[in-house]
Amino acid sequence: MNDRSDRPAERGDAPSDKQRARPGSPPMQAVPSSGNEGHDPSAEADRSPAPEARERRTSDPVLEELVAHLRDSRTQMREEWARRISDAELLGVMSDDEIFSEATEVYDNYVDALETGSVETLETYARELSERIIPRGVETDEVLGVVLLLRDVLARALFTRYEGDPAQLNRVLDAYEPAANRIAVVVGVSFVEERERVIQEQQQALRELSTPVLQLRERLLILPIIGALDSARARQLTEQLLGAIRERRAQVVVIDITGVATIDRSVANHLVQTVEASRLMGARTILTGLSSEIAQTLVDLGVDLSMMRTVGDLQGGLVEAERLAGYRSGEIEDSTRIET
Amino acid sequence: MSVAILKQGDYLIASIQSDLSDTEVNALRHELAELVGVHRSRGIVIDVAALDVIDSFVTRALRAIVLTARLRGAHTVIAGISPDVAIAMVQFRLNLEPLRVALDLDEAVVALDRLTRGDHEDEG
Amino acid sequence: MKGEVRLAISTDADLVAARAQGRAMAQQLGFPRPDPTLIATAISEIARNIVMHAGTGEIVLRPFEEHDRYGLEVVAIDAGPGIRDVEAALRDDYSARGGLGLGLPGARRLMDGFQLHSDAAGTTVTMTKWRYRDELARARAERRRRA
Ligand SMILES: Nc1ncnc2c1ncn2[C@@H]1O[C@H](COP(=O)(O)OP(=O)(O)O)[C@@H](O)[C@H]1O
Ligand SMILES: [Mg+2]
Repeated sequence: MNDRSDRPAERGDAPSDKQRARPGSPPMQAVPSSGNEGHDPSAEADRSPAPEARERRTSDPVLEELVAHLRDSRTQMREEWARRISDAELLGVMSDDEIFSEATEVYDNYVDALETGSVETLETYARELSERIIPRGVETDEVLGVVLLLRDVLARALFTRYEGDPAQLNRVLDAYEPAANRIAVVVGVSFVEERERVIQEQQQALRELSTPVLQLRERLLILPIIGALDSARARQLTEQLLGAIRERRAQVVVIDITGVATIDRSVANHLVQTVEASRLMGARTILTGLSSEIAQTLVDLGVDLSMMRTVGDLQGGLVEAERLAGYRSGEIEDSTRIET
Repeated sequence: MSVAILKQGDYLIASIQSDLSDTEVNALRHELAELVGVHRSRGIVIDVAALDVIDSFVTRALRAIVLTARLRGAHTVIAGISPDVAIAMVQFRLNLEPLRVALDLDEAVVALDRLTRGDHEDEG
Repeated sequence: MKGEVRLAISTDADLVAARAQGRAMAQQLGFPRPDPTLIATAISEIARNIVMHAGTGEIVLRPFEEHDRYGLEVVAIDAGPGIRDVEAALRDDYSARGGLGLGLPGARRLMDGFQLHSDAAGTTVTMTKWRYRDELARARAERRRRA
């Protein structure tokens, strides 16, 4: 009844940073990666895998054979893949050497992931790779294209190898397809998420640029808010404004929202709280530039603006600010009083 | 001592030096009520910049100080509420009537000068 | 992240220690400003309720980490007389003892999660505050919630 939160289910043993599950990917199993660079495939079968891995692998001997085959033909496959990438004119910003070296890493991780069923290493690599190539302008379709090409190269190789044995080919493809699809999804999602993160960082930087606290003259600040206001930005505005009030010893602050098209309840309440907090720090606030739409929204939402000082436009607000800061009449300004 | 109280002309300046326990808050309250009479002070500044938290108890004590001092002829200005504490107070929805606030000590003294000048005018 | 911290509460000096500890822990967990102050203020209120209304009790500070968010759980436990009317105690201005009656509702407004259990055997207040690791995590969590 009193619970407003969606509280975490098991805080006590919440997963640590490292092992936390990623959205959109099936649960991962930590399996030691084989790390058998250029291994002799016949020796492969003798290797005794870790218990978890054995469980997976014995359940699918077909996949095991497939993995051995892919390791065996590593050199040839990589070359084929890199060639197909150039032919398709993907990753144009990268040199052939770069493509080949990245292709090698991805190939080995790919085969490991097929073998172990664990995409963790591949995912980490995909994220790092994305981080490196995103600033160079590599696009999502290129990355997906590259991964699908690998899938295609490997599938063709399987067709060739099992040409004479359709039943076995079917079994191999049954094992290969779902694993390959999952890997493609992991790589694609890693890239897209990394891109989102980069965009997010850029937006954050822009946001900070777009909300400067201006000092018009000594002890008078203007905060012109332009663009969409969401809760995150409103919170940040409050922080910036209160910090500026303290640093620049502001007496009066004019918040101009001429550039804000719409406002919702939480943002409106946030604005009211910002004004109140400013007051607690000894600054008076004037709100200017409320569009008729916003004014109506505020009224409809029942946001209490009674203690807010509002003036129609920025210019009028500045006149009022001068008057407040001037005290020429020597009268006691009642607005230093807190009334909540 | 976690609060330094100085007499400066007609005013008492109480500078809180660290976070205070409830007992210390009460002690400050009684001491100020006492000193206002002893010095016939016309104004009090309470510098709360060092308080980590202004919760319902502290708010109540500050209000009591303001009201008590007023009955004894003195105005009170609270100075130095930090940005974080200001946000906490607003979200808490503490009723701050009839507190007067100022950015810092200097500003508080300016505000007291204005307030006490108002008193003179009333008298004259 | 280090584990939980338990603090015995019976005097107003304990109360000062509890809010300092809560603030320090919130900062350590990475809570941005002004959250550590909001958390310390809420702790101050429920710890004071232990001292004033129950005599002695305990505050447990418990950090938690999840995939896309982190947070702090604060639990105040006492074996005092309990609160007869829990609903009323959560309303502004309700005080059984001539207090301001703002402690519980105010603390609730400062935190993200708030639960109050009380009976003749005592009172437990559980409060949480948490943050998404970044805006992206928040956006994704909201998308998932809607789906
Ligand atoms: N831990 C507790 N044990 C018993 N009663 C409590 C406890 N906490 C709160 N209460 C009851 O709930 C009421 C409201 O608490 P609160 O909102 O903090 O206001 P206040 O403490 O100012 O009275 C208190 O007056 C008290 O009767
Ligand atoms: Mg209380």
